[in-house]
Amino acid sequence: MDRLRFYLNDRLVEESGLSPTTTVLRYLRDRAHLTGTKEGCAEGDCGACTVAVLEHDGKGGQVLRAINSCLLLLPMVQGKRVYTVESLKESGRYHLVQESLARSLGSQCGYCTPGVTMALLEACHRKDLDEAWKLDAQMCGNLCRCTGYRPIREATQEVAGRAPSDRFARALAETKPEPMELSYEAGPQRFFTPATLSALWDVLDANPDARFVVGGTDLSLEVTKRFAEPPLLVSLEALRELRTLEPRSGGHRIGSGVWLTELEDYSCGKLPPLERMIRYFGARQIKNRATVGGNLCTASPIGDLAPVLIALGAQAVLLSRAGERRMPLDEFFVSYRRTALQRGEILGFVDLPAQPSGARSIAYKVSKRRELDISSVSAGFRVVVDVAGQVTEARLAYGGMAARPARARKTEEALVGKPWTEASVEAALPRLEEDFTPLKDHRGSAWYRAQVAKNLLRGFFEETLTDPSPRLQERHAATVQVR
Amino acid sequence: MGAIPSERPSQESELRTPLHAPSLHESGLKHTSGEALYVDDLPAPQGLLTGQVIASPHAHARVVRRDARKALALPGVHAVFFAQDIPGVNDVCPVRGVHDEPLLATDEVHCVGQAVAFVVAESAALCRKASALVEVEYEVLPACLTIREAIEQNRFIPHPFFPTHHVIRRGEPEAALMAAPVRIQGECMTGAQDHFYLETQVSLAVLEEDGALRLWSSTQHPSEVQEKVAEVLGLGRHQVTVEVPRMGGGFGGKETQAAGFAALAALGASVTRRPVKVWLNRDQDMEQTGKRHPFWARYDAGFSEDGQLLALKAELVSDGGWSNDLSHAILDRALFHMDNTYFLPNVEVAGRVARTNQPSNTAFRGFGGPQGMYVVEEILNRAAERLALDPAELRRKNYYREVPENQTHYGQAVEGNRIPRIHAELMASSEYQRRRAEIEQFNATSKWTKRGIGYQPVKFGISFTTSFLNQAGALVVIYADGTVQLNHGGTEMGQGLHTKMRAVCAHELGLPVEHVRVMTTATDKVPNTSATAASSGADLNGMAVKAACEELRSRLRPVAAKLLQVEGQPERVVFSDGKAFVPGLAQRALLFEEVTRAAYASQISLSATGYYKTPDIGYDRMTGRGKPFHYYAFGGAVVEVEVSGLTGEHRIRRVDILHDVGSSLVPTIDKGQVEGGFVQGVGWLTCEEVLINDKGRLLTHSPDTYKIPALGDTPEDFRVDLLQRAPQDNTIHGSKAVGEPPFMLAIGAVTALRHAIGAFGPPRTEVQLASPATPEAILRAVEAARTVPR
Repeated sequence: MDRLRFYLNDRLVEESGLSPTTTVLRYLRDRAHLTGTKEGCAEGDCGACTVAVLEHDGKGGQVLRAINSCLLLLPMVQGKRVYTVESLKESGRYHLVQESLARSLGSQCGYCTPGVTMALLEACHRKDLDEAWKLDAQMCGNLCRCTGYRPIREATQEVAGRAPSDRFARALAETKPEPMELSYEAGPQRFFTPATLSALWDVLDANPDARFVVGGTDLSLEVTKRFAEPPLLVSLEALRELRTLEPRSGGHRIGSGVWLTELEDYSCGKLPPLERMIRYFGARQIKNRATVGGNLCTASPIGDLAPVLIALGAQAVLLSRAGERRMPLDEFFVSYRRTALQRGEILGFVDLPAQPSGARSIAYKVSKRRELDISSVSAGFRVVVDVAGQVTEARLAYGGMAARPARARKTEEALVGKPWTEASVEAALPRLEEDFTPLKDHRGSAWYRAQVAKNLLRGFFEETLTDPSPRLQERHAATVQVR
Repeated sequence: MGAIPSERPSQESELRTPLHAPSLHESGLKHTSGEALYVDDLPAPQGLLTGQVIASPHAHARVVRRDARKALALPGVHAVFFAQDIPGVNDVCPVRGVHDEPLLATDEVHCVGQAVAFVVAESAALCRKASALVEVEYEVLPACLTIREAIEQNRFIPHPFFPTHHVIRRGEPEAALMAAPVRIQGECMTGAQDHFYLETQVSLAVLEEDGALRLWSSTQHPSEVQEKVAEVLGLGRHQVTVEVPRMGGGFGGKETQAAGFAALAALGASVTRRPVKVWLNRDQDMEQTGKRHPFWARYDAGFSEDGQLLALKAELVSDGGWSNDLSHAILDRALFHMDNTYFLPNVEVAGRVARTNQPSNTAFRGFGGPQGMYVVEEILNRAAERLALDPAELRRKNYYREVPENQTHYGQAVEGNRIPRIHAELMASSEYQRRRAEIEQFNATSKWTKRGIGYQPVKFGISFTTSFLNQAGALVVIYADGTVQLNHGGTEMGQGLHTKMRAVCAHELGLPVEHVRVMTTATDKVPNTSATAASSGADLNGMAVKAACEELRSRLRPVAAKLLQVEGQPERVVFSDGKAFVPGLAQRALLFEEVTRAAYASQISLSATGYYKTPDIGYDRMTGRGKPFHYYAFGGAVVEVEVSGLTGEHRIRRVDILHDVGSSLVPTIDKGQVEGGFVQGVGWLTCEEVLINDKGRLLTHSPDTYKIPALGDTPEDFRVDLLQRAPQDNTIHGSKAVGEPPFMLAIGAVTALRHAIGAFGPPRTEVQLASPATPEAILRAVEAARTVPR
């Protein structure tokens, strides 16, 4: 069996005997005595535990990314380089981001500050912070209760893209990728990270009950919140095939192992509905770990990717030793938290077909707080309108309205064949009540969900009057951008 | 640093001083490097054990049986404590003479999350295993979960010394109401708010010799922690030392509620004779601690047709939770702030504290002030809507005026009223009128999106309303090499108190701030302190620090005078910029270090204490009359929002604030308090929603479900200025308190939201907006506005 092996602030660390579900946060505080990194929530919702991880970018290079260490299990940094806030000060000199944050008085109590600092570190080494909203998106995963954020925003503007020649720049330039592959056992727990599909099938043959994990942003909550000790985890993170992200047959192939931040970059400008959904999918730190496959396979009724991908006509491509099978994505979701995956099978890819001419499409996510929140209601809409102005196809997929992400079939039926007008939309809206009986919970009442579900369709109609697939504005008051 | 508006008193302007000058936060670079140590970061003492609370799963139940034998049989479990295992007093109620808050439950539990037992083991994981083995049997009793239920059941928490009902009355409100041409009547509620300090509650206790204990606690009130630990263990307070390195946020949540966890850690350490740490994870912290008090109000107000408030009767009931805590003082402050900045000629405000089966609600920035103020602002907003008046103009009409219309309902004169000045300056700088007109135009042509603008003035009384608490101490130690250790009674929770106190100390001794080290707060350095609360930290401790420094300066002056060859004329010696000199004879300046070495050699004591108490304040609760406050802080905000009529979402587009901090001690720090307080207030009023289920269990116990403002919620355009040329009399260097007052400026966001929502209806639409104004609450209000007949 292998040992855990990674670099902590550029020093090689090897460990064995530690539970494979030990989080990097607990390791840092309890074993490495690096207490700069704080625990604020242990669920990826506050960012106080943010560290920087240097790892493969899937394209042969290295990338430095801000990640919540509270949801990061030790085997997930196998072969990688982890940097904590203690690593920024070099030869007694504070780093650019430290000086900038302190100078803007971006810390008061200071407890969120190490996490803010590490998110800023990623910002200063990013080369793509070319739009103002990206600065907000970069920092929205760091909750601060003291400052009101104005000074943190100021510091972000100051450091973004500055790329100083620091130890991280050197590491980015000089580090050779090391394998993530791992076969690890400690006590009753085992953790496998196969590097090839054939190795994966072998692991699954021997361990048919294995649970899959990639980024761990959902699964790790069982460890940090319910104190579970999963006996057998198989990570799909090292499978290069699943990192595919490329145009295909007029559409796109999206690997299940693609990080949300990668998909966000890829969609920017190219796939506005996807871009709109991913902007508020989660914090930067979460999107840096969360994967397409993870979000779909957890099959939550409020998973943010499902409605938009269903609306765009996505196909799920399932892989097993026996080969591959395909199905429309909406059929992939069988019931509450259940997918069509059989034993020994994984979600390999999502294939997005070419969009038909005359298609209008947008995705929406409505939540109590715009950033870093879970949907009250989400939706992906696509209608195809022919040259005569008639609706030839309607795909209206909703999240948060039923036990699984689902299409509003009756409402769709009511639209098809009708002229694409406000009157047709208003006439179809009552059918939504037949499609869904939403629940009441702490995110919203049944009334609110039903009302918003209708209003999103109203807004969709108005928004697509002038642009069939509008991008999100820089700073917008609401999910729906209509006057 | 950029130029920060502040006013320097002229006599200090020629000398270099850190006072009234921009400065970094004293710990800023330590925060960004992870070097700043919080209680949970301190190196673990040898043999450290973990302590965890076993909390009640029921809102109300009888404890029928408890048995820890199975848990104690688990290797690595050192102790399990129940109520009967407490050697001293089983109570941590912060109010002297009241004993209604057992540290560990006796025969009944009164809320989900109440401590029933306390487990000490080798690790947190073992504590969890042991907790599962501790058998506690309950007989579930009916629970009262809301203010409404408590009113119906007549369940109120009695005031320990006075009638339960606190009534403040002036004039003839009933007759004035009858005669008023316009009546605004109704009810409103404000919700709870979790403190959500990023650092959860934590205490570390170590047993010293002779049964004494040393604690490191994340608390705003180390002296009270000391007191409660001593009482629980049956020790004299001289046996207990409490130290506070710094807090990762407090906001009132660590004023009283740190004491219980500290007392449990101390109990564990004293019995196991091993160090014990109690650290709450986020879910435990949110489930086991109290929050901002929700308030219910019923009001009846009378106006003239032109918007003059003629009479007000209001009844407030707060949700105290299951025990006293500070609920009565919080209710008092709510009643004191029912007037906000307005003269109420005929008024009766009355309040009671409901007893519910919820965690005991506690101090939170504003301490009832925001809840009281919200009521009068709701009334004024409704009146403006009904009368079709600009709500800012309606407010201006009702401001306190000249004598006798400058008397609050409790009889304190509003002196140095800066509200008219703030109103005028802010209206001009924010271009309120022009923007309001533009918004009306925008709204006329926009179907689904509406904008709104709101103006919010604030007047906030500064002092603990429990008058004897207004005292503070300091201990300043000069070493022979001229370096200084500063100890004061206040605690640092991020608000920049240490930065300010260092500036005061350095100014008084004429030293660069680098020569002054602010020490961690400790009860063995400065005893019998008050909580760092009520915005009073800098006011009280600053005066104490100044007093100590003055004493030291008076001892050093004769030494310096002798060295400067002006012996017998010590008053001519000036300390500035690290030197001592006689003006006009500057060529003979001495280094501060030369003076202190000489003083040491001359056998002169180089340490001194300072003490301060606020003069001439007091309040008689029986008559509802007095002067509870040393002075008032003032401020104003103009808030502009945009609302979606499709989803109920909103965004704050622009905020202009003009706030009065007197002559700011450190303007950069004060600006941070204003901005942070405002955004925290916006959180309370918009996205932060505390929800429980029908069994009284908290549904929003982590940031997954409880949403404080994130970076995108901060105003897009955020302009904060401190009022210039505004020194305050009888305060530390002319400054004013800043911690709480800006929180209430956020009520302007509600006024702006109402403006936008009302635009979905016909003119004079009276908006029905619940608090907090979540997207759902806003959408409901929009739907209601849309259905108002045109």
